Amino acid sequence: MNRLIWRRWKSRLMVGAMMGAVVIAVTPLILILGTLFAKGASSINLAFFTSLPAPPGEAGGGVAHAIVGTLMMVATGALIGLPVGVGAGMYCAEYPRSRLATVSRFVADVMNGTPSIVVGVFIWTLIVAKQKHFSGFAGSAALAMIMIPMVMRTTEEMIKLVPHALREAALALGYPYWRTGLTVVIRTCLPGIVTGSLLAIARVAGETAPLLFTALGSQFMNTNLNEPTAALPLTVYTYATGPYEEWHRIAWATALVLILVVLVLSLLARLATRQRFDVR
Amino acid sequence: MVYRGVLTAAAIAIPTLLAFLVYELWIGAELAISRFGFDFITGTTWDPVAEEFGAFPLIVGTLVSAALALVIAVPLSLGVAIYLTEFSPSWLRQPVSFVIELLAAIPSVVYGLWGIFVLIPFLRATVFPFLRDTLGFLPFFQGPIYGNSMLAAGIILAIMVMPYIMSVSREVLMAVPSSQREAALGLGATRWEAAWTAVVPYARSGIIGAVILGLGRALGETMAVTMLIGNRHEIVASLFAPGYTMAAVIANEFSEASTDLHFSALTYVAFTLFLVTVLVNAGARLLIWRVSRGGGGNSA
Repeated sequence: MNRLIWRRWKSRLMVGAMMGAVVIAVTPLILILGTLFAKGASSINLAFFTSLPAPPGEAGGGVAHAIVGTLMMVATGALIGLPVGVGAGMYCAEYPRSRLATVSRFVADVMNGTPSIVVGVFIWTLIVAKQKHFSGFAGSAALAMIMIPMVMRTTEEMIKLVPHALREAALALGYPYWRTGLTVVIRTCLPGIVTGSLLAIARVAGETAPLLFTALGSQFMNTNLNEPTAALPLTVYTYATGPYEEWHRIAWATALVLILVVLVLSLLARLATRQRFDVR
Repeated sequence: MVYRGVLTAAAIAIPTLLAFLVYELWIGAELAISRFGFDFITGTTWDPVAEEFGAFPLIVGTLVSAALALVIAVPLSLGVAIYLTEFSPSWLRQPVSFVIELLAAIPSVVYGLWGIFVLIPFLRATVFPFLRDTLGFLPFFQGPIYGNSMLAAGIILAIMVMPYIMSVSREVLMAVPSSQREAALGLGATRWEAAWTAVVPYARSGIIGAVILGLGRALGETMAVTMLIGNRHEIVASLFAPGYTMAAVIANEFSEASTDLHFSALTYVAFTLFLVTVLVNAGARLLIWRVSRGGGGNSA
């Protein structure tokens, strides 16, 4: 009897410990979001979005250049990465047993696990070292390379959810193969593909490491992707590790903007589909 | 035909990109490889001025910080995963997983920022002195307390890899057929015993896969670690002392490198890091596949 009581208590104890784990796991998120708002919100005003950085040591200044830079690089990266990723995902879903599909799938998993800093070194040797200057375009290329495997895998998973009967019906009605693919299959799972793409965009919008020595960052407004380009995550990094109080303030505010961008994109992704989705 | 051709081209692009990556890194590292060969891995001096490069402290730092992260993150994320699949009321599941997935969405540089200004002051003032007073007899918790340290990096990494380990192990736990639970409960096990002796072992290799996946993330994580680890090329037993990792050295030195050999040495580091993460991730994938295919069918 004694042993039974002990076993019951042990069960309760372990469940309690696991609830504790849930609390500990959730705490950092609350703390991080809390500090971001507490330290960042007061610095956010119109000038913060519209002005350029002040010289070191001076008060004020904004991150307009970084917002423009991030938008340009992420948009260009998406323009390169999404078509390739979606196309490869469609291939893998259409010809799932072909050798190319198996290889691509495996390689995409490998690339997904590749540290983004390694991608940065690769793009440096591929583009920056050959052009002999840093550029926003190199940054976009790095971001695209990070997006491709993520988008590809989610696209494939989404297409696999489309019922076979639908495809067969379209083919039976005399649709050619390509038209079935584009207008029936893709259209059915478009919300899922949009979700995957938005999550990939959200993820690369926060990437810093691959931009360190490809886009490099800049203190000036720059709309030419062939020049070194600023980005929000780079600004956070530079200003957080800098020596000035004023810089730290801007780092917090920039981080808040960045996290809002990422959260809004993730929420949009969730709204785009009810399908539960994990990007790994 | 055009349709198929376009799709095939996209699919071919992916292995091509990877092959390109391996090739470029290899070419970039060639100078350092021919100069140092395998001694690069075991050398302990990193002196750009004297053009002498050895990556041993970086490799040790990478492994130690990742190991610390796992030591902290694995029990926590397993606890959360088991709780959510086996015990929690159903209304709690969605919000908790949502919150933890949000943790995965926070950019690394924001973790770094928070680490510098919130986590490190807290650790330096409260946690580190406490550890030194209570566990100071161990060599890991001795010596002067710096804020930027191996332990600080390990803690931030633990927070960062937790969501990955949690969501993957949750998935493999959910793939366990409920007959496993019912059988254990029917034999008179308590709910904890049913979870721990019948459900968890069934999902074991998948859980190990999840942990290895987390390890892969921890090995390659760059920004937060660069901002918190202290960046010193040394191997010190104390976890309060600054260290360095492979990813951090690339982040710090690549844009400032001036000689070809320095670039090449950093590319060599990147190449090594790449190979390690490929091996780790391939291992994790194999384990996870085995569970989700062999065990639960396609119910997950």
